[in-house]
Amino acid sequence: METILFLAHTEADGTLARAALETLTAARTAAAGLGDAELMVGLFGGKTQEGAAQTQGAGAKRILGVTGADFSQPRYASDAAAAEALCREAKASIVICPATSRMARVMSGVALRLGGKVDTHITGLKAEGGVLSVNRWYYRQRMEAVLQRTQRPWVLLLEGGCHEAWKGTGGTASVEAVALALPENCKRTVVEGLKAPANDQQTIRPDAGILLVAGAGWTKAQADGKAHVEDAEKIILDFLECAQASLGGSKSVVDLGGEGQAVLRFMTHLNQIGQTGSTPRHAKGLSTCCHGEEPHVVGWRFINERRAIDLDTNCGWAHGKADVLYVADAFEVMKKVNALLGAKA
Amino acid sequence: MSIACQIVVCGSIVPDPLQTLEPVSGATGVSLKNEMMLPSVLDPWAAHALFEAAHLAKKLPGSKVWLVSLAPKAKLQQVMMSVAQKVPFELVAVDGPASGFTDAAEVAAVLADAVKAIPGLDHSKLLVFGGWESASRGAGSTMQMIGERLGIVDQFQGVDELTVNGDGSMRILERVEGGKHQVSVCKGFPALLGWATGNLPEPVNNPQVGMVNMRAVMPALQKAKPAKTAGEGLKFASVSLPKQLRETKVVKDMTPDQIAAELVEWIAKD
Repeated sequence: METILFLAHTEADGTLARAALETLTAARTAAAGLGDAELMVGLFGGKTQEGAAQTQGAGAKRILGVTGADFSQPRYASDAAAAEALCREAKASIVICPATSRMARVMSGVALRLGGKVDTHITGLKAEGGVLSVNRWYYRQRMEAVLQRTQRPWVLLLEGGCHEAWKGTGGTASVEAVALALPENCKRTVVEGLKAPANDQQTIRPDAGILLVAGAGWTKAQADGKAHVEDAEKIILDFLECAQASLGGSKSVVDLGGEGQAVLRFMTHLNQIGQTGSTPRHAKGLSTCCHGEEPHVVGWRFINERRAIDLDTNCGWAHGKADVLYVADAFEVMKKVNALLGAKA
Repeated sequence: MSIACQIVVCGSIVPDPLQTLEPVSGATGVSLKNEMMLPSVLDPWAAHALFEAAHLAKKLPGSKVWLVSLAPKAKLQQVMMSVAQKVPFELVAVDGPASGFTDAAEVAAVLADAVKAIPGLDHSKLLVFGGWESASRGAGSTMQMIGERLGIVDQFQGVDELTVNGDGSMRILERVEGGKHQVSVCKGFPALLGWATGNLPEPVNNPQVGMVNMRAVMPALQKAKPAKTAGEGLKFASVSLPKQLRETKVVKDMTPDQIAAELVEWIAKD
């Protein structure tokens, strides 16, 4: 019989983030599919009671917690110790976690401590005939594999946006405290906080409904033979503001700075999507002035509805990958889009 | 500053990103079609880690950089011909698969053993660098497990910036959700850093650096011990290319006003 542990960290207020609640849904699905599997919940953080309450009704046999100030900040040494203690207490054979940066930082190390195996970036999970299969991508989202493992414990990190978030039944939950005294050598690192761009410069919005992908074409000479980078910056930022969109950039536009060329000043490597960037998940994506064939296009593989604006009718970025390709000047079109969105606001 | 460190960069090779990749299943498991024929490059994030290591070593006199790599040595030799021109390092080669389909835990075991076998390595001065994920398996697992095997509990992933302070402490910026960085301060070495892009441009080729590096690269490749990865207990039920072709509607005859109106309607639609 498998023992499935849903393992997650809590947020600063003790609650579970959406990614964790999605993972709980997946853990329940796995437990149900494996027939006689037991589901347990393991939480760690500064506070855990609020998060435990959110798991009510999920059918967990036990809710375990490692709680305290030592576990409030994302730090490898303390998070790994907490996760290891919870897995051991639960005697988990399968550990299912959200692929947040905090969990992704530690769970492979924890799997090694447990003598188990780990698979990350899981995008699908199916339990059939007593066998659990998981989907993940290889070579930067260029091929998809379905995996099974016989080793236990098996640690799985699930990507966000692949399952519905669990909506608990409410009420209070009883958290069984798992005692853990953190040794001094696990406190050598102190988390000082987060560094974020100023609000008006924040161009990455993971929860946005639409992703704007900007390509290097924005910085190139236009019909008058001149580059209009300042215009491009204004148009892009206006769109992000009006549509509350997130911004992605092709590798070529992100690399321009290092090559000494005109750059979009707000575009950093954090915006980069594709092979050496991220593969964000948004309902819609609009690419503008992007060029290139596979593999550059992997950056918007997980975007459901895709449209593109490009002057090139044969744009490789769009053909076969976008639903609609508008053959037009993105400068002109996006200015008008911004005007319409501004008028609606 | 009189703080010297020993930086071990773990990094392997991957097919050139512009190559067409196709998975094939055979008696030995899953691999890429014509894998040995595909031109390779140093894994991009590992390359960033190597450049950051060299940059740091330059700032901290008395420091040294090793590159520990598990890859088929013939392919590794080809890649070293260009990488060795970039920055000074000493290669530690292990002859084995560089496939994305190998298990991260097995790769970590091989690499950790190779690190432990470096003569004169001082744990109290050790920084282990690597890419936070590879461009092949892309799991973000190997570096953590190397750290565990080396007994390093100060680990950082998705690192974009490292500053070594005058007292030996380190300020580290790690990527977290929402385009933000987590800022941490670690008391000192040893530590493990899985690098994201960092802030350095790719160094220009330096033939003098290349000559010095290549003198040691060839013997290192000749000495490379073979390593096998069994993939025990791991079964690939299927590996396939995505059905990515969409029926793209190409719109050539609309005015910018009409396109804008259509896009705004599309954006607003649930």
